[in-house]
Amino acid sequence: MPTLFGSGIKRREDPRLITGRATYTDDVKLPGLIYLAILRSPYAHAKLGKVDTKAAKAAPGVLAVYAGADITDRVVPVPCAWNVPNCNLKTPPHPLLAHQKVRYVGDGVAMVIAESRAAARDALDLIEVDYEPLKAVTDPERACQQGAPQLHADVPNNLAFTWVVAGGNADEAFAKAEAKVSLRIVQQRLLPTAMEPRAAVASYNAGTGQLTLWATSQNPHIHRFLCSVMLKIPEHRVRVIAPEVGGGFGSKIPCYADEVLACLASMDLGRPVKWTEDRSENYKATIHGRDHVEYVEMCGTRDGKITGLRTRVYAGLGGYASTAAPGVPTILHGLMYSGAYTIPNIHGTVHGVYTTATPVDAYRGAGRPEATYLIERLVDTLAREIGMDPVEVRRKNFIPKDAFPYTVATGLTYDSGNYHGTLDKALGMLDYGAFRAEQEKARQQGRYLGVGVSSYAEICGLGPSQVAGAVGFGGGLYDSAVVRVYPTGMVRVYIGTKPHGQGEETTFAQIVADEFGYPVESVEIVHGDTESTPQGWGTYGSRTTAVGGTAVKLAAQRVKEKAKKVAAHLLEANEADLEWKDDAWVVRGSPDKRKSFAEAALMANVAWNLPAGVEPGLEATAFFDPTNFVYPFGTHLCTVEVNPETGQVTVLRYIAVDDCGPPINPMIVEGQVHGGVIQGIGEALQEMAVYDAEGQLLTGTMMDYAVPKASQMPKIETAHTVTPSPVNPLGVKGVGETGTIASVAAVVNAVCDALAPLGIKHIDKPLTPARVWAAIQQAKGNGGGR
Amino acid sequence: MKRTVSLSVNGATRTAEVEPRALLAHVLRDDLDLTGTHIGCDTSQCGACTVLIDGRAVKSCTMLAVQAEGCQITTIEGLATNGNLHPLQQAFWEKHGLQCGFCTPGMIMTAVDLLAQNSNPSEGEIRHAIEGNYCRCTGYQNIVAAIQAAAATLRGATPARAAS
Ligand code: FES
Ligand code: FES
Repeated sequence: MPTLFGSGIKRREDPRLITGRATYTDDVKLPGLIYLAILRSPYAHAKLGKVDTKAAKAAPGVLAVYAGADITDRVVPVPCAWNVPNCNLKTPPHPLLAHQKVRYVGDGVAMVIAESRAAARDALDLIEVDYEPLKAVTDPERACQQGAPQLHADVPNNLAFTWVVAGGNADEAFAKAEAKVSLRIVQQRLLPTAMEPRAAVASYNAGTGQLTLWATSQNPHIHRFLCSVMLKIPEHRVRVIAPEVGGGFGSKIPCYADEVLACLASMDLGRPVKWTEDRSENYKATIHGRDHVEYVEMCGTRDGKITGLRTRVYAGLGGYASTAAPGVPTILHGLMYSGAYTIPNIHGTVHGVYTTATPVDAYRGAGRPEATYLIERLVDTLAREIGMDPVEVRRKNFIPKDAFPYTVATGLTYDSGNYHGTLDKALGMLDYGAFRAEQEKARQQGRYLGVGVSSYAEICGLGPSQVAGAVGFGGGLYDSAVVRVYPTGMVRVYIGTKPHGQGEETTFAQIVADEFGYPVESVEIVHGDTESTPQGWGTYGSRTTAVGGTAVKLAAQRVKEKAKKVAAHLLEANEADLEWKDDAWVVRGSPDKRKSFAEAALMANVAWNLPAGVEPGLEATAFFDPTNFVYPFGTHLCTVEVNPETGQVTVLRYIAVDDCGPPINPMIVEGQVHGGVIQGIGEALQEMAVYDAEGQLLTGTMMDYAVPKASQMPKIETAHTVTPSPVNPLGVKGVGETGTIASVAAVVNAVCDALAPLGIKHIDKPLTPARVWAAIQQAKGNGGGR
Repeated sequence: MKRTVSLSVNGATRTAEVEPRALLAHVLRDDLDLTGTHIGCDTSQCGACTVLIDGRAVKSCTMLAVQAEGCQITTIEGLATNGNLHPLQQAFWEKHGLQCGFCTPGMIMTAVDLLAQNSNPSEGEIRHAIEGNYCRCTGYQNIVAAIQAAAATLRGATPARAAS
């Protein structure tokens, strides 16, 4: 029987989505529903005076109005849940509604609950707030200089932490090096822009003391825990349901004040409360991504051996430390400074800095795109410095395929890899030699073609819980599954992870159906409701399949072991004499003596005739805690043409060769790569959250923020190699973030390669026509073009 | 202040008490329980709210409900006929043209209009036609492939193979 594992079957979640029958949070309706709206600070930084809610309270349809002072004593501030050790981390309290001070445009100041969305919204305009504006600072490098405006009383120079990673002896390597290069890199702020804005429906039953919260969440169990802490109610009385979730990209991991305010309002008013942000609110009140200013250096020999890497990074955190924020530029970034290479000497310093801007947290890739980008920019810069082909420099420094498991200088141990394999495949798809020849010819005609290489290794499948604890993550990182078999043999699987577009209702069903010899239709995957699913940690960090998928596999195996005992009993045979064939156990040597899995499931469930010592019922729970992270890798190539008159960059070809272990569903894997790559190309060419000097978000609506459109984006050519991971029995890694991790550097490297004849070394992304044009003008004016 | 609107939606007449300022998108979702039409922005960029008004794709957040009186409105819920998926719905499923699905209803409605105007659009024409519909998940490639496949089905030809 052919296995479902490895087959690109159609997704099982799609029928409800393509017919408009899915239920997203804002679609949830309950009797007596009322609406919450939140007043947000129009100032980036201000002392908060009187908040006058009298007129709003008197407005038609308004049920209640609260300011920060009204709730401060009743709730615990929004916690930061990643307390990275050994970096003197300071996480000042983040009140649910500001009191005394506001710290970014969008900081919540007051809330209105009313009979309709419109009434709640209208009443916001009636709240009068006294602000005493203070100076703003949104650049993380400037924010930690002496004399910068101070956000928090107990955080001098706005310095939330200084974290250091070191391996080998970088200073000595640089002192002795034959070649050195350095860059100042800005990794701009980005707006995650999940197409579904955040929303919450909270319903408190005073009779039972039960709180139910429907929320746009990537990790409902984490939200259950944090809600219970913030509201000071027992965790077992909180049920969080993440129904259909319309994309997250990290922005639906954190715990925000808004969802908890909806809960508080429902507890006070005794009615269900809905809050839905609009897009402009989302751009101010939902986390942003990236925001690094980096000083980075690489050194090596003249024949291309990389000997050292040093960084000094200013990572903007925004006004407060969001849920996972401290871990992103440190554990998920600095520990990856070796990239795909054997760099013996590494030293990185990361300063986390509070700024008067929206909090920054994990955004697709979370720290690894920033790491890959700076490494890959440096490799190209070094290659140019020593006059070597950038492909050759990569080859020369890759961790060799027989060196795995390999421990890099930062201390991580990579599980498996074949970096030359993906590079060679990508080069073959492009015909690298032919492109270089074409580029040479084009240059002679005054045209600027370029090719960018980006070879990455990334850390995902988060991760061993022991490591999570050691690095200050406020939870475990195992995951879970319950496989429950019904009397008719039909199967429901309850999982602790929370798919929101990644297709695990299909891929996990493929895993289970294979185990039982079933068609995929016989298995349903259930997720998102803490009431029915076992404790899990959610979907982020490309962990769902490697960790949660393995739990599914283990639970299915446990079920099958028990069913086998029942089958053996029914066949009056020894278990050892049974062979599994297609969908049944057959007694070896007597092919007509068989019991299917479904027959065993029926007997287990009715329990008329079970072997001694075997309990009735057929279900199993598994919690899988991996022994290590997994490390996907690959090489992406991008070719571009730059128009020197306009600065316009045209992507000619984009080739993505990734290795995420064996793909369960190649169609879904390819879709993940497409989406990730386009998000990265958006980052490379057009996306940027812009603040002005007063801390106003200039890209505050979708009209101003350049989300990639279909007409602007190229076609992606994908291919894979398969190197299984030894960390889990499926051999799988992760693929949700690889596209974003790899593509940013591929595009920028291509543009810098195209403009090399002008002497241009580096242009900060996003490479908008204006920026590229300005760089060309400057290069020409400076007599570039060696 | 509220008034009654009578709307023809998916072939049925529906009435609701709404404020004159109520957007069609909100009335469809909140008053008529047609939550397949989504709202992804407040500046008419994203296209998640796209429905058909007299056969043409319209962003229902750009229109007041009272303006839609007398028009034939089709939402995603009304696209399948007699339980059969519309060829575009089928093609989005076959070609993996969706991930989280939030953009999908609007994307499909825009594509219905496109294929009614142009039965054999090129890749470039498709990309241009859907540029008012944002998708953050798919990178658009499989959406383009799905629209091409549906176009072929609607023309009665054998479905085109996905662009790889
Ligand atoms: S909600 Fe109508 S275009 Fe975005
Ligand atoms: S499928 Fe998620 S936005 Fe398009």
